[in-house]
Amino acid sequence: MTDAKKRILIVDDDMDFRFQQRVQLEAAGFDVIEAPGYTKARELLESQKFDLALVDLMMEEMDAGFTLCHDIKKKDPSVPVIMVTGVASEAGMEFDAATSEERSWIKADSMLAKPIRFEQLRREIGRLLKG
Amino acid sequence: METLQVLVCDDEMGMRVGVMRALREFTVEMPDVGGEVAFEVSEAESGEQALERIQATPPHILLLDHKLPGVSGIDVLEQIAPKKLDMHTIMITAYASIETAVRATKQGAYDFLPKPFTPGELRATVRKAANHLMVARQARKLAEEKRRVRFEFIRVVAHELKSPINAVEGYLNILKDGTAGDDPKVQQQIIERCTTRIGGMRKMITDLLDLTRIESGQKPREIEQVDIGAVARIALETATPDAQARDITLSLTCEPAVTMPADRSEIEIILNNLISNAVKYNHDGGRVDVSVGYAGGGADGGVVIAVADTGIGMSKEDSARLFNDFVRIKNEKTQGILGSGLGLSILKKLADLYEGAVTVQSEPGAGSTFTVTLRKTATE
Repeated sequence: MTDAKKRILIVDDDMDFRFQQRVQLEAAGFDVIEAPGYTKARELLESQKFDLALVDLMMEEMDAGFTLCHDIKKKDPSVPVIMVTGVASEAGMEFDAATSEERSWIKADSMLAKPIRFEQLRREIGRLLKG
Repeated sequence: METLQVLVCDDEMGMRVGVMRALREFTVEMPDVGGEVAFEVSEAESGEQALERIQATPPHILLLDHKLPGVSGIDVLEQIAPKKLDMHTIMITAYASIETAVRATKQGAYDFLPKPFTPGELRATVRKAANHLMVARQARKLAEEKRRVRFEFIRVVAHELKSPINAVEGYLNILKDGTAGDDPKVQQQIIERCTTRIGGMRKMITDLLDLTRIESGQKPREIEQVDIGAVARIALETATPDAQARDITLSLTCEPAVTMPADRSEIEIILNNLISNAVKYNHDGGRVDVSVGYAGGGADGGVVIAVADTGIGMSKEDSARLFNDFVRIKNEKTQGILGSGLGLSILKKLADLYEGAVTVQSEPGAGSTFTVTLRKTATE
């Protein structure tokens, strides 16, 4: 094992969100690849390796995020997925991936509601990559 | 056909039967509210029974005898008044005293029918009540629709304004927490993104103001002879810096002296919107070709402005909904392109002022051509 940088995939159609997370993750010593939507993310999933994915729930298609999480887990169940959502604050809907029952249909290891603070994201990444 | 429920409350059976007969085959034509109205009559022989019936299913029209053995007509009115039912009450009175009328009206009675009355008089009174009921219902529906549209508009505006604020707030938090490291290039990029998002928000607010001004018709229009080609040239100059930055070629083909009576600022908005879209949704190194001419070759057919680009284009489904408020085509090609989603709906509303039309022809990946036709006379 080399102590290579851990690589994180960010998938979100909001370029400001991607940019914000990327500069912070890079400053914190991670390697980052980005996709603005489902199609590009699928390409990266086939061609690249990454250690963790940060996926927005709502992209151009209503629940592309769910589908993508499912695809990532199908390819490699050991890659942790953090799902990010702006849904909670806008529609009053609540999602969580805290119980195993919820995790069985939401293929994510963790859910964060937008706006997310970097400290919080950092903690989740640390927790999920430790195992 | 709409059927209104009528409840007749009278202790005399003859009266109830008479009402049922008079209204059985009776219909009222209401062209204003869309069609014919018929009546279905049920009966109650006491105030108590009427209250039960109303409690169970409130009728549309209540024919209520004033003088009843137990609970009187006025009592019935007093008990149902607080419920604010969508119901018209017609009081049937043997001797219409002023006091009775005043008391009944205070409790919400809509009309009076003095006993004895002919079937014709009954029908005339019921017709009046039905008319009033249907018109009131129509008005309520329109008011609700208007409120719904207004709320929807506000909801979308709020959402559209929140998104740049969220982005800028995110950047400020990063700067505050110092989590982006100290690369001055990154800092510079952060500031540029903030400026861009705030610029987009300003554009959105300007568009909203343009839209409300056009829709309210409050902005005084100054109709003068406008040289459309000259306005097009200025609009192209305005777009040149953005176009050059992405190596996009702009061109103008204009018939000599194309003029029409119009409000100059409206023509400017039309051309600026069309050209800035053609640049925004183009590929780097693409082309934008603007042409201005008379429709059908002569000055009487109006003016045609066409803006063709070699940009990303769009599907038929997308072009069909393009001109509605706040519609933005979201896909991987448009992502990162900022816009208020109002430009084209403004364009369409302006074209309407000139009895004109806006059409779009588009091929995904190959480009789009927007064509605006303006008739000679601007409608005031």
